Amino acid sequence: MTNSVAEIKDADAIFITGSNTTESHPVIGAKVKQAIKRGAKLVVADPREIELAKYADVFLQIKPGTSLALNNALAHVILEEGLEDRDYIESTTEDFEKFAIKVKEYTPEKAAEICGVSPEDIRKAARIYAEAGKASILYCMGITQHHNGTETVMSLSNLALMTGNIGKENAGINPLRGQNNVQGACDMGALPNVLTGYQPVANPQVIEKFEKAWGVKLNNKPGITIPEAMHGAEHGDIKVLYVFGENPMVSDPDTNHVKKALEKTFLIVQDLFLTETAELADVVLPAAAFAEKDGTFVNTERRVQRVRKAVDAPGEAKADWLIFMELMNVLGYSKKYKNAEEIFNEIREVTPQYVGISYARIEEVGIQWPCPTEEHPGTKFLHVGKPARGAGLFMAVDFAPSSEMNKADYPLTLTTGRNLYQYHTTTMTGKTDAINKKAGECYIEISPSLAANLKVEDGEMVKVISPRGEIKTKARVTDIVADNVVFIPFHYADGANVLTNGEELDKYVKIPGLKVTGVKIEKLA
Amino acid sequence: MINLKINGFEVQVEEGTTILQAASKVGVKIPTFCHDPRLVPHGTCRICVVEVEGGRNLPTACTTPVYEGMNIQTESKEVVQTRREILDLVLANHPLDCLTCEKSGRCTLQDLCYQYDIKETTYVGERKDFEVDESNPFYYNDQNKCILCGKCVYVCSQLQGTEAIGFAERGFPTHIATPFNQGLEQSTCVSCGNCVSVCPVGALMPKSKEKFRYWETKTVRTTCSYCGVGCQMDLVVKDDKVVGVDPAMGASNEGLLCVKGKFAYNFVNHPSRLTTPLVRKDGKLVETSWDEAYEVIANKINETKETVGADAIAAFSSARALTEDNYLMQKLMRAVVGTNNIDHCARL
Amino acid sequence: MKTISVTINGKKLQVPENYTIIEAAKEIGIDIPALCYDPNLDKVGACRICVVEVEGARNLMAACTTPITEGMVISTESKNAVETRKEILRLLLDNHPNDCLVCNKAGECKLQEYAFKYDVKFRQHDGERRQAKVDNTNPYIHRDDSKCVLCGKCVRTCNKVEDRKVLSFGERGFETHIVADYDNLMADSSCVSCARCLAVCPVGALMDARTMGKARVWETTTEDVKCTVCEYGCDFELLKKNGKVYAVRAKSPVEGRPLCLKGRLSVDLTYNEEVQVPYVKKDGKFVEATWEEALGLGKLLSKLGK
Repeated sequence: MTNSVAEIKDADAIFITGSNTTESHPVIGAKVKQAIKRGAKLVVADPREIELAKYADVFLQIKPGTSLALNNALAHVILEEGLEDRDYIESTTEDFEKFAIKVKEYTPEKAAEICGVSPEDIRKAARIYAEAGKASILYCMGITQHHNGTETVMSLSNLALMTGNIGKENAGINPLRGQNNVQGACDMGALPNVLTGYQPVANPQVIEKFEKAWGVKLNNKPGITIPEAMHGAEHGDIKVLYVFGENPMVSDPDTNHVKKALEKTFLIVQDLFLTETAELADVVLPAAAFAEKDGTFVNTERRVQRVRKAVDAPGEAKADWLIFMELMNVLGYSKKYKNAEEIFNEIREVTPQYVGISYARIEEVGIQWPCPTEEHPGTKFLHVGKPARGAGLFMAVDFAPSSEMNKADYPLTLTTGRNLYQYHTTTMTGKTDAINKKAGECYIEISPSLAANLKVEDGEMVKVISPRGEIKTKARVTDIVADNVVFIPFHYADGANVLTNGEELDKYVKIPGLKVTGVKIEKLA
Repeated sequence: MINLKINGFEVQVEEGTTILQAASKVGVKIPTFCHDPRLVPHGTCRICVVEVEGGRNLPTACTTPVYEGMNIQTESKEVVQTRREILDLVLANHPLDCLTCEKSGRCTLQDLCYQYDIKETTYVGERKDFEVDESNPFYYNDQNKCILCGKCVYVCSQLQGTEAIGFAERGFPTHIATPFNQGLEQSTCVSCGNCVSVCPVGALMPKSKEKFRYWETKTVRTTCSYCGVGCQMDLVVKDDKVVGVDPAMGASNEGLLCVKGKFAYNFVNHPSRLTTPLVRKDGKLVETSWDEAYEVIANKINETKETVGADAIAAFSSARALTEDNYLMQKLMRAVVGTNNIDHCARL
Repeated sequence: MKTISVTINGKKLQVPENYTIIEAAKEIGIDIPALCYDPNLDKVGACRICVVEVEGARNLMAACTTPITEGMVISTESKNAVETRKEILRLLLDNHPNDCLVCNKAGECKLQEYAFKYDVKFRQHDGERRQAKVDNTNPYIHRDDSKCVLCGKCVRTCNKVEDRKVLSFGERGFETHIVADYDNLMADSSCVSCARCLAVCPVGALMDARTMGKARVWETTTEDVKCTVCEYGCDFELLKKNGKVYAVRAKSPVEGRPLCLKGRLSVDLTYNEEVQVPYVKKDGKFVEATWEEALGLGKLLSKLGK
């Protein structure tokens, strides 16, 4: 997030897109409601009529995968009606002209056609966003998990730049991180192209710096992403795969291919439980849970916060860092760490954003990076005065539909997401009986008229088919989805990801287009 | 700035400050049931009354703003007498079952009865007799213990924005309920448990799997392990077991949690946790030692490096693990294995 | 010593042959409820709350007094044992005031602990009850007969010191109660306020008069200290609320450790930040005293010229 969670409740307008906030980030959902109580305006764009849609001044029930067209049309209206922040554009941005020409093509009428909403609503939404003094954009995987996810994010960033909603309190572009420490994992360089603090592997100076810090020669060839590694494993190029605290058998697209890939490679799994993925492993290592170790998580607002040991790990389970350290030692790298704090201090030495953060300083309250010195208070919101790169870069981006759309054989569009009760692949939440009582099994949301066409009753089992595979699941008849759109939560094994496409990736960051899948539904005899 | 005196201490505070806020500034504790700094003060419970020199009656400290020259006594004879009377009245309609009440040890009513030495009520009369609403799988609502402070109602409406519960009826039968008394399970309740966390008595209680007394527990401040909001929470621990979770006033959550953070902690102590390394032998995963597990992995990595090269090895790190865990995993892959094939589920 | 093998709650273990069931269970971390049992005192099997089921036995056995035998199979929480314990608790609670709300013992009261564990509540009907009989004539010992469960631990503790033997059982049946000397008030008895009895009372019948109303157990943290008045070095606990010492408490006495009033007062004066005036008995009556007097320092101080 460019801004902080606590700032949301004081925004003048909030644009929520591709985020079912009250279910996926319930506490942020509560802040949005607090903002509305204070008088903030709300625009929601989502394929489903999510809870916050009821609170929205404008709700745009867009077709899955069409956000980019909508965002461009919002920009079009803002320019057409002269609602842009000229001062900000002129003083702090680049490439505005190119962008302005591009969005000229995206009239509300054109976007309305693509998105399946009314042009007037697009105009209203644009006015609410642009006329607010402080407007905040909240988005989530509904924006990013598309073949054009990166470009869709750019289209949102264009909106914030053109209205000067960057670098000020209660505004900004705010991706809501889905997991407790995605931010920390990214910050730490658990990514194939960058080391800690987003220092590129391809930069020789960076490599030199880390070679010095770690005392070894480093490989300077950027690595491969998860979808590429899966592909590689399936085709025999990846011989060893070490999966730590993930359950790709449920979370990754196209389960049947994932299974083939995992069976083919030498698989090491490190987890709390014998997950669907661990069952396929050659070696399984038992790890300690969050309540069993000391360390830090970094939340969605870049705040480094302490995690503390409350109980002992069961049996011989160990803290993950200890397992990695011992394995490094076995492999001949002799560095030892006494505790997580020693590791954190090493992180500070090589990560510019973390230099000023220490365990002592975050004992009571976490600190938001960047925090360059011990005296620095941390950074509540980013890009003050000027965007970090020097100037805000407008990106002229075009809408192209996913190949999963408009398939004659698979006329329905499946989109996925979370429900309130379960978390990811249920390995943790599924251990609480009351949670399972509320949301213990997979289901598919279908509209009443689709149900009527299929002659399917609420609660009846149906077969859902895509080119990748088929599943049987329970129909939940609800009018929160449009007639040709269906929804399956991705939590459950043998669920949504049996159907999704693992091949169509975003060209920049290789994210799979999980949010749009062509499917068909059959009534079971 | 306004100058005033509380129990003889000189205090200087900003205009608009309440007596309660001013008192806390000089470390004077005024008892409250219904007060929560995050809510609009509503002065429902009256237990925070104080004596103001020259005042005609005892104002509530939580709602009364200070003024210049105010002279306040927080434990004067009259104040204490009034508080004792309030407690006597509250107890007149509260079961005397601290012997087995799970809230005992963390109950504000119990604390204040002890402080003001109220053993039992002096009133005889009709008592509430509500059926306990146990329909929600995470917590129950026992209106026989409710003191009608209203904190649950206001947290649900003002902070959580769910508005699942409210005051029902008037006078003696007043109670906290869902619309049309349909029960929690039929309501819009999202089981966030934020009402449970603020209840000062035993009316809203988690349905804990473990039986424990609060005095047998310790709490450990930590960060929630679910979504990316980074809510701060206190794990309630008894005998090396997590038996409950309370929200803390973190920067992002400001004292709120959701159903997962508040109630879905059972996985930590779950019997199906992995407790030893496993290695596949003859097609089956069997228990093994750490040494053997490391050896099998190291041999495979070394062999692959020699025969095909380090780039034939890849790792998926974990967005659910510590920052430190992630750092060491990428260091293991880059510095020791020799590849940049490291990624994690940010994309999934 | 020879060990023998027994099975407790399905777990097999080897223990020395002179163990009782309660001692054997403790070896594997099983706590059998007990009110009258104390490892430092004679075993009397009075309260019966420790009954357990032994395979092949005709009735339930008191775990505190029954020695183990080879191959014994014991179930400490069998349906029968639990039902019996609940009945005992019901009977005890029938004759116990319902004031956990404010009782100073709440939080470390065994009766409360077991009632919670076995989910036994105070009975709603009114039968005859012992009248509240508070004896606060001793400034150090607060005695409330209505809370006594007649476990007799105080009596056995008091009787361990040959020249004391102040406490004993008086009367019979429903009237049974603990008496000091000839059923005297504490102040009028030969009690020297060593307060050993306070340390062993499982309920609120004998409480430290100096902690009454000061803090709940759950607000209290403790720190161990040793008395330095004599060579025994008795163990004491400092009781703290919000980090401030509000009282000192003698720990349960063990063999050869006498506990005495002088020692306790001296620890009190050394550590307590809210120390209250000492009382000493003069001509059979408690009177306020100076610390010099209470600790017998008068002569010493004058010799030191203070």
